[in-house]
Amino acid sequence: MDKLGSSTKRALVIGGGIAGIQASLDIADAGYEVLLVEKTPSIGGHMLQYSEVFPTLDCPQCIGTPKMVEVGQHSNIRILAYSEVESVSGTIGDFTVRIRRRATHVDWDRCNGCGLCLQKCPVKVPSEYNCFLPFDNRGAIYIPFAQAVPNKPVIDAQTCRYFKYRRFMEEGEESKKPPECRICEKVCPLGVIDWEQQDEIVEEKVGAIVVAAGFDLMDKGEIGEFAEGRDIINGLEFERILCPSGPTAGVVMRPSDGIEPREVVFISCVGSRDPELGVPYCSRVCCMYLAKQALLYKHAVPDGQAYIFYMDQRTTGKGYEEFVRRAVEEYHVMYLRGRVSKIFRDGDRLRVQGADTLSGRRVDISCDLVVLGMAMMPSAGFKELARKLGIATDEYGFITEIHSKFRPMETSVPGIYVAGTAQGPRDIPDSVAMGSGVASKVLDLFSRDGVGSPL
Amino acid sequence: MINLNYYPGCTLKTKAKNFEDSAIASMSALGIALIELPRWNCCGASYCLAEDDLIHQVAPVRNLIRVKSQESRVESQGEGDSRLQTPDSRLLKVVTLCPFCYNTLKRANLIVRNDPGKRDTLNSFMDEEIDYHGEVETVHLLEVLRDDVGWEAIAKKVKVPLEGLIVAPYYGCTLIRPREIAIDNVERPTVLHRLMETLGATVVDFPFATECCGSFQSVSNPELAAETAWNILTLAQRQGAEALVLSCPLCEYNLGFQQKLIRRRHGEFKGIPTPYFTQLLALALGLESCGFDRGYTDSRALLQSKGLLS
Amino acid sequence: MRIELTPEKLHGSFVVKVEEISGQDLLSCYQCGKCSAGCPMSFAMDILPNQIIRLAQLGMEAEIAESKAIWLCATCITCIARCPRGCDLSRVIEALRLLTLRKNADAIEPSRIPAETLAELPQIALVSCFRKFTA
Ligand SMILES: Cc1cc2nc3c(=O)[nH]c(=O)nc-3n(C[C@H](O)[C@H](O)[C@H](O)COP(=O)(O)OP(=O)(O)OC[C@H]3O[C@@H](n4cnc5c(N)ncnc54)[C@H](O)[C@@H]3O)c2cc1C
Ligand code: SF4
Ligand code: SF4
Repeated sequence: MDKLGSSTKRALVIGGGIAGIQASLDIADAGYEVLLVEKTPSIGGHMLQYSEVFPTLDCPQCIGTPKMVEVGQHSNIRILAYSEVESVSGTIGDFTVRIRRRATHVDWDRCNGCGLCLQKCPVKVPSEYNCFLPFDNRGAIYIPFAQAVPNKPVIDAQTCRYFKYRRFMEEGEESKKPPECRICEKVCPLGVIDWEQQDEIVEEKVGAIVVAAGFDLMDKGEIGEFAEGRDIINGLEFERILCPSGPTAGVVMRPSDGIEPREVVFISCVGSRDPELGVPYCSRVCCMYLAKQALLYKHAVPDGQAYIFYMDQRTTGKGYEEFVRRAVEEYHVMYLRGRVSKIFRDGDRLRVQGADTLSGRRVDISCDLVVLGMAMMPSAGFKELARKLGIATDEYGFITEIHSKFRPMETSVPGIYVAGTAQGPRDIPDSVAMGSGVASKVLDLFSRDGVGSPL
Repeated sequence: MINLNYYPGCTLKTKAKNFEDSAIASMSALGIALIELPRWNCCGASYCLAEDDLIHQVAPVRNLIRVKSQESRVESQGEGDSRLQTPDSRLLKVVTLCPFCYNTLKRANLIVRNDPGKRDTLNSFMDEEIDYHGEVETVHLLEVLRDDVGWEAIAKKVKVPLEGLIVAPYYGCTLIRPREIAIDNVERPTVLHRLMETLGATVVDFPFATECCGSFQSVSNPELAAETAWNILTLAQRQGAEALVLSCPLCEYNLGFQQKLIRRRHGEFKGIPTPYFTQLLALALGLESCGFDRGYTDSRALLQSKGLLS
Repeated sequence: MRIELTPEKLHGSFVVKVEEISGQDLLSCYQCGKCSAGCPMSFAMDILPNQIIRLAQLGMEAEIAESKAIWLCATCITCIARCPRGCDLSRVIEALRLLTLRKNADAIEPSRIPAETLAELPQIALVSCFRKFTA
């Protein structure tokens, strides 16, 4: 046991979604330090984009924000937002991690988050948080959403007028001279805008690493027969449209022209269970969130009609089957058992060509909006992260656990653990459970005097 | 002038002579001579899908063998290098115009290339011919226009831009399905769109560009085929198209000739011209022989109203 | 309607023959119905394309032989272009047609086609039709 005593009792959590948040809190509450690295300007992950969450229909901002604030205020947790892991070396109990802190161009240590700069920025671009929907924009200096943690702005140098101006002056990159702008700098009462700030690499020692980098959805452009038009959206986009605090203030409208959709068609398993597209697996959450979205649509448009094309109803969680029955019996959501072959625009509506294998009929539907339950995939850039960590992934890019039954949270590298959807599709309760589970693995490690034999 | 081996197939010699004539004239104006294979036989029209029925692959493969032996003859006479070569220069090229022939030749060739056992059997069926290993590459004229001639070169030769003409491009099935032999993206092909834009026409978004016209069902079930055709034509009209641009003689029968039947079934249906893409190409290149007088539908009134035809 | 399922039916010579001629694994189809949803001829079929495969999976030879659907397929390949399972239904249907045709039972009578139609039809239509529907 030559490692005895040498272990660093400090954890690195990669990804600030609900799984990473839960793991961080449990480890920190037990008295150990946590470094939480999050790629975007705020923690929260996908859950914070949703309108309400199944099966209880809680407001995720209401149940998620207290947790996020707790993370933000916890004396044992340090959030490194807008940051990514550059490299990892060492072994269990003794890892050295280099982390790139991307330039925010705002001195976060001095910024008090007053938000004056956000109001004055003249740039208007679609926002990542709102899935680039046309209804709402962010500035070049922005905080992704109201409940963000940390609640500090970043400047997006790509769209900022002053950075464009500088590129024009230095490299003649822009075609015509942009205005110099710098309005945010002028209005900031604390003078914390920092044009010269550069990316910074910090080096940290940790004893354990939790990977909770989450998921992204397959690009709908992959589905040639569906890719037509702006009114075919994915589930995340519809969450934003349904969300009371979203870009439409919860008024359901279709992206192309803002009219209220009278008929909405939801399609399950788009990309999922489709080996021809390279995704043979089931994404596990679409059956439930499409039922949820259909039901929420009916809340918003009581006389509208929702259709859901499905192949199988996989409602295995507690209260899930009952939830779907409610959608059918109380809200008259029409389930159609079959896939859709093609969607196209005919006039100002969409035509959906589907089949209902239960009646043995071809069904065609005219509708205003189509919501695709797209396949869940490992988050963008995850392959690269897995390579840096040296951990094994399956052929789709999800982390391979060392034993699928008895050691579901351990990766192929001792001391590196996985929680949430980075391991495979799952819902919020399962991701949270896994976050707590992984914390217990880390705490178990930290509770020993040394790491001893890792296996 | 570049020479290119050309396989016409039966229909272009009879029902679709206007398709062939306008293609040959246009290509010649673009600097490519389509040299008809000296001896060719019917390709079988519809690719045989049965695994245990190799005999139906003999006809298409025999044509490919003819291309190979033709090439070696030309080569021994020292003219071989004048032919357009495929990127893989070991492959010899034959161009087709009829999409059914394209499909059948291309798919039969895949068997020869991918299945050594079947290749040997096929060769032994044709022991009077030279051995064949899949050396010939079948291409469609649209590919030649896109990949070898290029849109820019075509644009430079346009004398009568098709200004004001609003068209819906229609690909049908056999050029783009199955995926292994598709000349373009299976769900959203663009080659006809690009050609029509190059000629100066306005192209409407047409979701049924790859929807089946009913194919040979018009022989056995004309009413049903007319129904699928009606679907396609009326969507094109709703999208604002004044003509449906075709690339297949069977499509022209189903979508053109059968308009009479459609009108009987749907009284309100107004006809729509269905020219071949080669006819519009010839027109734009300023050629005389466009063959508009021989179509199942008449495009002339439309083209005259646009001042494109006198 | 009631059918009796037996292992002999599920794995009998009919299923074997269909798989052999088509080169397709019938059980690769998971009955999603996408083929039926996109088939240009399904509007006129008595049973849908996915049901054709389903009946074949169950070894129900007689039921398929009675249906008109396999004679309405236009071999347009739309189904296989979009099938998530890569199951080539057009080949399965061809196999099913051949099982009838090889018993020397033509599905169309060429002499019944009116002369004026024959005069107008392009050869590719006629040849294809005879290839698909006659022995
Ligand atoms: C449309 C939709 C609706 C849903 N609705 C529900 C519902 O109602 N109820 C329910 O239980 N489940 C629902 N789910 C499932 C739910 O979203 C997931 O279970 C949950 O979000 C998983 O959390 P996570 O932490 O694993 O991943 P994520 O939420 O994806 O969080 C991952 C975090 O890691 C960050 N990250 C990614 N890569 C890196 C990197 N390289 N470095 C640093 N940080 C990185 C990301 O920015 C993100 O903040 C829904 C899913 C979808 C698609
Ligand atoms: S699309 Fe494919 S998997 Fe789906 S029912 Fe048809 S053949 Fe079966
Ligand atoms: S190949 Fe046959 S079954 Fe398949 S879509 Fe075309 S007509 Fe329908």
